[in-house]
Amino acid sequence: MASLITCPHCGVRPKEEFAIRGDASRGRPEPMDSDEAWHDYVYVRANPRGRTFEHWHHIAGCRRFLVVERDTATHEVYSVVDAVEFLQRAER
Amino acid sequence: MTGYRLSSGGLVDRSQSLSFTFEGRPLRGFAGDTLASALLANDQLLVGRSFKYHRPRGIVSAGPSEPNALVTIGSGARTDANTKATVAELYGGLTANSQNRWPSLGFDVGAVSGLLSPFLGAGFYYKTFMWPKQFWERVYEPFIRRAAGLGRAVLEPDPETYEKSWAFCDLLVVGAGPSGLMAALTAGRAGLRVIVADEDFRLGGSLLSTTETIDGGAASVFADRAVAELQSLPNVTLLSRTTVFGWYDDNVFGAVERVQKHVAEPSSKHVSERVWRIVAKRALLATGAEERPLVFGGNDRPGVMMAGAMTTYAERYGVAAGKSVAIFTSGSAGYRTARALSAKGVAIAAIVDARAESGDRAPDGIRVIRSASIVDTKGRQRLKGIVVERSGFEELIACDAVGMSGGWSPVVHLACQRGAKPIWSEELQAFTAPDVGGGLRPVGAANGVFTLAGCLSDGAEKAAAVAAELGLNVTPAAPPVVDGEETSSFVALWYVPGAKSKAFVDFQNDVHAKDLGLALREGFGHVEHAKRYTTNGMATDQGKLSNINAVGILAGMRGVSPAEVGTTTFRPFYTPVSFGALAGAARDEHAVPARKSPLHGWATKNGATFVEAGLWYRSAWFPRAGEKTWRESVDREVLNVRANVGLCDVSTLGKIEVFGPDAAEFLNRLYCNPVLKLPVGKARYGLMLREDGFVFDDGTVSRFDEEHFFVTTTTAMAGPVMAHMEYCAQALWPELEVRFTSSTDQWAQMAVAGPKAPAVLQQIVDGDISDDAFPFLSARKIVLKSGVSARLFRISFSGELAFELAVPAGYGEAVADQIMEAGRPHDICAYGVEALNVLRLEKGLLTHAEFDGRVTPDDAGLGRMLSMQKADFIGKRLSARYGLTAADRMQLVGLKPVDADKDMRAGAHLLKEGTKPSTLNDQGWVSSAGFSPVLGHAIALAFLKSGRERYGEKVIVFDKLRDQEIVAEVCDPVFVDPQNMKLKA
Amino acid sequence: MRYSAFSLVRNALSGNLNWKPQWRQPQPKPHYDVIIVGGGGHGLSTAYYLAKEFGVKNVAVLEKGYLGSGNVGRNTTIVRSNYMLPGNEPFYEFSMKLWEGLEQDLNYNVMLSQRGVIMLYHSDGQRDAYVRRGNAMWMEGVAAELIERAQLKKMIPFLNYDHARYPILGGLLQRRAGTARHDAVAWGYARGADRHGVDIIEHCEVTGIRRENGVVTGVETSKGFIGCGKLALAAAGNSSRVGEMAGLKLPLESHVLQAFVTEGLKPCIDHVIVYGGGHFYISQSDKGGLVFGAEIDGYSSYAQRGNLATAEHVMEEGVAMIPGLSRVRVLRAWGGVMDMSMDGSPIIDRTSIDNLYLNCGWCYGGFKATPASGYCFAHLIARNDTHPVARALRLDRFARGYAVDEAGAGPQPNLH
Repeated sequence: MASLITCPHCGVRPKEEFAIRGDASRGRPEPMDSDEAWHDYVYVRANPRGRTFEHWHHIAGCRRFLVVERDTATHEVYSVVDAVEFLQRAER
Repeated sequence: MTGYRLSSGGLVDRSQSLSFTFEGRPLRGFAGDTLASALLANDQLLVGRSFKYHRPRGIVSAGPSEPNALVTIGSGARTDANTKATVAELYGGLTANSQNRWPSLGFDVGAVSGLLSPFLGAGFYYKTFMWPKQFWERVYEPFIRRAAGLGRAVLEPDPETYEKSWAFCDLLVVGAGPSGLMAALTAGRAGLRVIVADEDFRLGGSLLSTTETIDGGAASVFADRAVAELQSLPNVTLLSRTTVFGWYDDNVFGAVERVQKHVAEPSSKHVSERVWRIVAKRALLATGAEERPLVFGGNDRPGVMMAGAMTTYAERYGVAAGKSVAIFTSGSAGYRTARALSAKGVAIAAIVDARAESGDRAPDGIRVIRSASIVDTKGRQRLKGIVVERSGFEELIACDAVGMSGGWSPVVHLACQRGAKPIWSEELQAFTAPDVGGGLRPVGAANGVFTLAGCLSDGAEKAAAVAAELGLNVTPAAPPVVDGEETSSFVALWYVPGAKSKAFVDFQNDVHAKDLGLALREGFGHVEHAKRYTTNGMATDQGKLSNINAVGILAGMRGVSPAEVGTTTFRPFYTPVSFGALAGAARDEHAVPARKSPLHGWATKNGATFVEAGLWYRSAWFPRAGEKTWRESVDREVLNVRANVGLCDVSTLGKIEVFGPDAAEFLNRLYCNPVLKLPVGKARYGLMLREDGFVFDDGTVSRFDEEHFFVTTTTAMAGPVMAHMEYCAQALWPELEVRFTSSTDQWAQMAVAGPKAPAVLQQIVDGDISDDAFPFLSARKIVLKSGVSARLFRISFSGELAFELAVPAGYGEAVADQIMEAGRPHDICAYGVEALNVLRLEKGLLTHAEFDGRVTPDDAGLGRMLSMQKADFIGKRLSARYGLTAADRMQLVGLKPVDADKDMRAGAHLLKEGTKPSTLNDQGWVSSAGFSPVLGHAIALAFLKSGRERYGEKVIVFDKLRDQEIVAEVCDPVFVDPQNMKLKA
Repeated sequence: MRYSAFSLVRNALSGNLNWKPQWRQPQPKPHYDVIIVGGGGHGLSTAYYLAKEFGVKNVAVLEKGYLGSGNVGRNTTIVRSNYMLPGNEPFYEFSMKLWEGLEQDLNYNVMLSQRGVIMLYHSDGQRDAYVRRGNAMWMEGVAAELIERAQLKKMIPFLNYDHARYPILGGLLQRRAGTARHDAVAWGYARGADRHGVDIIEHCEVTGIRRENGVVTGVETSKGFIGCGKLALAAAGNSSRVGEMAGLKLPLESHVLQAFVTEGLKPCIDHVIVYGGGHFYISQSDKGGLVFGAEIDGYSSYAQRGNLATAEHVMEEGVAMIPGLSRVRVLRAWGGVMDMSMDGSPIIDRTSIDNLYLNCGWCYGGFKATPASGYCFAHLIARNDTHPVARALRLDRFARGYAVDEAGAGPQPNLH
């Protein structure tokens, strides 16, 4: 993972083409959601040791935000999908 | 004399004699020598001094594990310190010098520390040098620093060049010894894309120094044949002089190729070193095994060497390590060396075997002393004899070299770089490679196979297995026939009891067996603690020889198996890699890319001084004849803009085109102020927040038609804003129909500002741009009289009546020239970012000097822009937090000095009059300051606690860093034309 | 045993056979007044000050690996108090003062070397930001100096003055700042805490936190259940995992930061030099190795290893700042797991559970904070009251809108 990422649009690309935004596991709250929901969204992280979902931005490629599902301890990558597809999967 | 060149034999080219110097002494060697073999051939036994006790040291190994023979090669800016003589390829004109000695290698004053060694045991420095308190830094530390260290770095700019390259393959073979070559042959013949990398300048590994024959010929002949065949295969790449230094995620390997480290005069046509990133579907670790030193009294005397290294020097380089060689061994390898040397006519003084019995064959007539050990060595700077102990009796045996062999450890470094620890094998009495999956598998000796025949067939089989995994059906090539191989075994011997003098474990760092005992006594028995406390394994060889014995000794002392002690952590780099190689071509002016505005040429023509702004170069000011300081130029530019007109290149601002039916809604959610109802043909100032409610960036939003917006960002934030917009569009609101793209590089954009701007621009713009026809905040696509399509904005960052004109980048310079020409009767001037900064400062307009990531819109006096009626926008919710709305937040104010002569500078802090400096009393800070040529005194923007309530108050501007303290009056941040009369003219 | 010239001589003459373990290897007692989770620098200094300064001596430190196996043993050893924000500067200066007396206090030479930390600036804007910081330091009474280019050339002649992509214009210098021998800090505190009766229990992993009636009663460990009156977490990169055992959700992400050391060299770099054109920092250890690092790898990770692309970038920055590094060889790279907080500043606070205390979020600045972190945490644990210099470092600052955001980068941990 830390060397290569398989971009669903561009293929296998080196890590330095990407900018990492961070945790992708939480959706943005609705405007009227509680203060706590907003605080948690902006400031709290599950920070798992193990499987995690992270937004990687293919900044020197297709410029799509990807969701990389991977292991934070082994760096094994389980899947890489476009952020939109990730949202659609979550809705399904 | 001890070391000497044998009269024949070896793989060196005796027809090519090379001259070189060591310590200034002219010496000769042959092509194919390493510096070490050449030194040994010249009987240069003493090659260095140890780290702590400055003990005389000689060559120990014949490869990258060398702890002692570290030399400085080259001179001036081409100096390479700490080079291992055992891997340095000899070339004509090479100059080498020893290190860490003063005044000379033979007589080193630092060796006096050896006398103090009872006080200098492991970790001694933690217990001492504390009294008196100040003496550590003034006396002790400088002394320790001077005494420590190895070679001297010159720190001069490097004349060499470097580069990086990617490589992709089906199979990477690390190491071109018997198993590596067989693997490469098998895979290469099967058609796999193969890369073979080997650190040596000659491929063949142990085949180059072994005495066994293959297919009836010398093993080296087999190696040469294999290399020739591999070279003929188009799908095989051979990389010699290439060390694979690291194994990274996704089976990516880092390797460094020493392209020109072996020539006296490097060609400027080639790089010095090249770093490879090798992406391998599969890799085989054919890195061989490392012979273990024996830890016995006096084992660091020059002349004591690894037995295998002695064989290598004899067989490969035709060099004898001594006239009379003793062997000290706990396994077969010592006998092998004895046989090899004996066959070359070198006298063997004795074989001292720690084992009671073995089936190993000694050369005829050689004395074998079993169940015996060396407990001391004699001589000073070279070995004169050994004290052998057997059943309590000691015997002095004269000899000038000792070949030691304590068994073998597979080289598993790379396989352990990603978290997996090596596995102890009771059977092999060695740590072996962990199972790290199919991507990287050990083969041959690295896999614990310690026979040549075994290595050859293991290589063929593993490669065939890889080929099968990759979908090719291959039968491994029948391995060649090996003759003359005798069985091999050893008994692990971590420490030789009865040492009469220091028994070194780590030669370079001077860690001896007693240090490990002390570490254990003091509670540092964990292998990592022992390493850190004694520094065992922390030298430039990273413990390639010492670690295993340290583990064994700790295990012995703790009464546990080495498995329980475990190893320290293997990390990159397998052997050290230069900064230059890893940095590649990114250096000096090319350290990062340079971006130049489409108006760069125009600015150059107009005499601009440029300044770095992120990746960009921006025109800072335009000095004219007679102007002595930048301030003179800037003041002139400012006054001219206020009085007449000026042209400034603003092309570096980020520009983003936004399209789509939901473009308005999208931008409305991005900006904290309303965008939805922005009329077509209008521009608006916009403020973006982060989700935490602080200002992210500012810029303008213009609407060209219902579904086409154009937004600008600051120069610095162009990239981050674009990424933020992409995040919002893709990850937050993909349901919005919006598309956007950066057009920063597509447009040359110029600000034309000043009361005469309309008169100037009207000459080149087709259509009326009078105040009625094109009022403030107009934004339209237009056509120039020249026919060029353009965009015109009536916006101002100077407070003057101003336009920003954008033309396609390629037309930028021509249009700018036209404007300058049209403006000449109106006294137009080019102005740069310095004048731009003063103009905006006089008007209280903000940049990232103010928006430092901790500022809310309200702090900046822009609270009215927050459109809390909007259902949602980025940052809305968290803007309402207590801390972001508290009355005592620092708010933007203006400052003018009470004494108009006084200067103020950005970065000063603010104090109430009559208070003392303290963090508690800190009232705020100056974000921007400068001289206002309009007002004739310094002005500043500052953030002051509850500042907007404090206009008229006097505060101290505290700039202790520059030893300045003045009194200033707090005022409105708009210093010039507060009614904005000029803006709308 | 107290270290003195006398004890050194006496032991040397007896073959150094009589030195005693620097700390005991006790079996855990069934119950402690305070259990500290994490035997790194912060956990050990907390234990030391609890026992020495606050009279709480029935204390255990539980460490899952060997003592000091976390970030205290894998950093670039820099000690400084050159912060800008009022929430940070008093804390780090308090730490600096503790550093200055630490060797005498611990009777252990941690080799504090106040050789000066200089941060280079390459533009007017960067200079202004450093001036702001320097004046903030002076506000707290901490000496700072602005070094102009001409003076800098004399001080550090080997920087890239002639061919830099970003010109080196000057620097902000804190002379009192410098380096310390990192492992010795852990060992010195361990020995000190042990001498005051603290039980340091290595290879004891906490696997659960037992709670009854809303308070913590003890911890499940690989060595069995251990009861406690108060539980204090100082688990650095593993804080989220340990916190989760008590149901805490923390504003942290764990990231890997690489550091590097070169082969040993004779003294050549006398300061800690920080490159402003990127994020590179370098100093020379007393052993001669150049110790350096730059930014984090960027993705959340619990693996103590980095990637090659970042390493290459670090070297690029090094050569950009000091061209003569080009031929110096890098010996070793290692990785530490950083508990990156949402504003780049640490957290020392109580939690929603009455007797559970939290010390985390040190990002990559934890080493310099070791003394003050322990002192303030001990103060909090012993007195249930926040130490004055740590008031800005509360956990609720995010909810209340009082982030201490030194970088101004907002709630994205990998930007700090």
